Amino acid sequence: MYPQCADPAALHGLGWLLCYLTSGKHMLFYYSFGTVLILLAITAPVALAFGFGGAMAARAHNRALSLFGKAYMLMVRGIPDIIFFMFFVIALDQGLETVLHHIRCPDWTDPIRTGLEFKVCPLAKIPPNSAPQIWHQIYGFGLAVVTFAIVFGAFAANVLYGAMNAVPRAQLETAEAYGLSQRQISRRILVPQMWVYALPGLSNLWLILIKATPLLFLLGVNDIVYWAQELGGSKTDSYAYPHGDWRLWYFLFLLFFYLAFTRVSEIALGRLTAKLSRGQATMAGEAMRKAAA
Amino acid sequence: MKKLVLATALAALSAVAANAQDTVRIATEGLYPPYNLVNDAGKLDGYEIDLGTEICKRAALTCEFVQNDWDSMMPNLNSGNFDVIMAGMSITEERKADRLFTQNYYPPAISLYVAATADVDLTSSVIAAQTATIQASHVAESGAQLLEFKTPDETVAAVRNGEADAVLADSEFLDPIVAQSNGELVVVDKVQLGGGVGAAFRQSDTELAAKFDKAIGEMKADGTINTLITKWFKDKAVLF
Repeated sequence: MYPQCADPAALHGLGWLLCYLTSGKHMLFYYSFGTVLILLAITAPVALAFGFGGAMAARAHNRALSLFGKAYMLMVRGIPDIIFFMFFVIALDQGLETVLHHIRCPDWTDPIRTGLEFKVCPLAKIPPNSAPQIWHQIYGFGLAVVTFAIVFGAFAANVLYGAMNAVPRAQLETAEAYGLSQRQISRRILVPQMWVYALPGLSNLWLILIKATPLLFLLGVNDIVYWAQELGGSKTDSYAYPHGDWRLWYFLFLLFFYLAFTRVSEIALGRLTAKLSRGQATMAGEAMRKAAA
Repeated sequence: MKKLVLATALAALSAVAANAQDTVRIATEGLYPPYNLVNDAGKLDGYEIDLGTEICKRAALTCEFVQNDWDSMMPNLNSGNFDVIMAGMSITEERKADRLFTQNYYPPAISLYVAATADVDLTSSVIAAQTATIQASHVAESGAQLLEFKTPDETVAAVRNGEADAVLADSEFLDPIVAQSNGELVVVDKVQLGGGVGAAFRQSDTELAAKFDKAIGEMKADGTINTLITKWFKDKAVLF
């Protein structure tokens, strides 16, 4: 990185440490924090959307739609994450490639599946073999977002479904008595009131999601835990900076990162809860009303 | 709308250099020095990376090394996410059943039992090994209690912190660790396992496997392979 770091063996003390902490590998470690934050920033709203869709489907009057919503919640929540992340992703990838194969190579005669192997024509590969590794990584990242969203969406659907049921029935009946349509009831009465019931469950999910990112390594995306483990492991002289087992220090650093991140999340969620509780027929809302009066 | 965006994204992804000569993607673990490692610049490096680059030059192939988790190597190979595995994978009869191997590019490895003290009873104690390796199956067959870990580094750490009594792994990996441990770790025993390390392919990829096999044969004949082995394994090298 810096010219004085050209020969690590000649360095010692603070100079060695500075060069060590700015090596290319450490830069990748620092970038991986960005990867994780971007993943969370994209996944959280998408998962919430999946959850909202699932909960609305489960509540629907249409029997088929309601069954679909309930099946989604039950099935995805019941499957262990690791299985989902290993097999679902490969299945999704193969599914997309099969579709592309039929579109792009209609004249292809070889079977797609032979034994364990899955082989589509070169034009149907996503991304093609010749694409730079960065595209493969972006694709892997995209698959990760979809998978995370489906898994966490199922949990969110369950939380939102429960929250919708917690809104007092009398409120909805009153709205019906005023002649509001089902659509208006859900938009003006049900949804604005359910958030306060959903928030504790959703904040749990958010904290679990923050800590679930090591699953990314299964998808070929190197996250912060992978790098901490790799950098902290003892290094022999095959490497430019040999050192002992330093995993404790790296994991301590991660511990502080996670603690700080969850603390910030808690503060933000606390404010949101206070805002949503205003004027609600809940204990928190009632306490606020009394304090103001 | 969603479908349209998805279709456009897929088209963009698969249009990138779709006409260029097809790249051979070689997967490695990046956690097993000196076979394969991620160097301090953050790039893949090691014996297998140098060897693979030379093989591709001789066979006139465009190659790219990619990093992949050891556990998901075979599903990803079969699914076509890469074409070759060069990750210190030993050739065994069991593995030959579901994949193609080239001839070995590293002679049958000597595996070491390493422990904190020399008086460990290897048939009854707790032995650490990396999951799904020949060492792990050897420990399981020996009657000792097997303690499996995902990465080679963790197996050594388990011995250091007393979780396991000994570790069984390739000598190339363990030798420098023992030498640089200030006497904390000692070699207890040696065993020779497997048929050497080779590159693995999908069973239908006979053509590509033959190209790799031919290049490895040539490199053995003209001695380049020994030069590479000496470069990475230094004084612990086992030569052809």
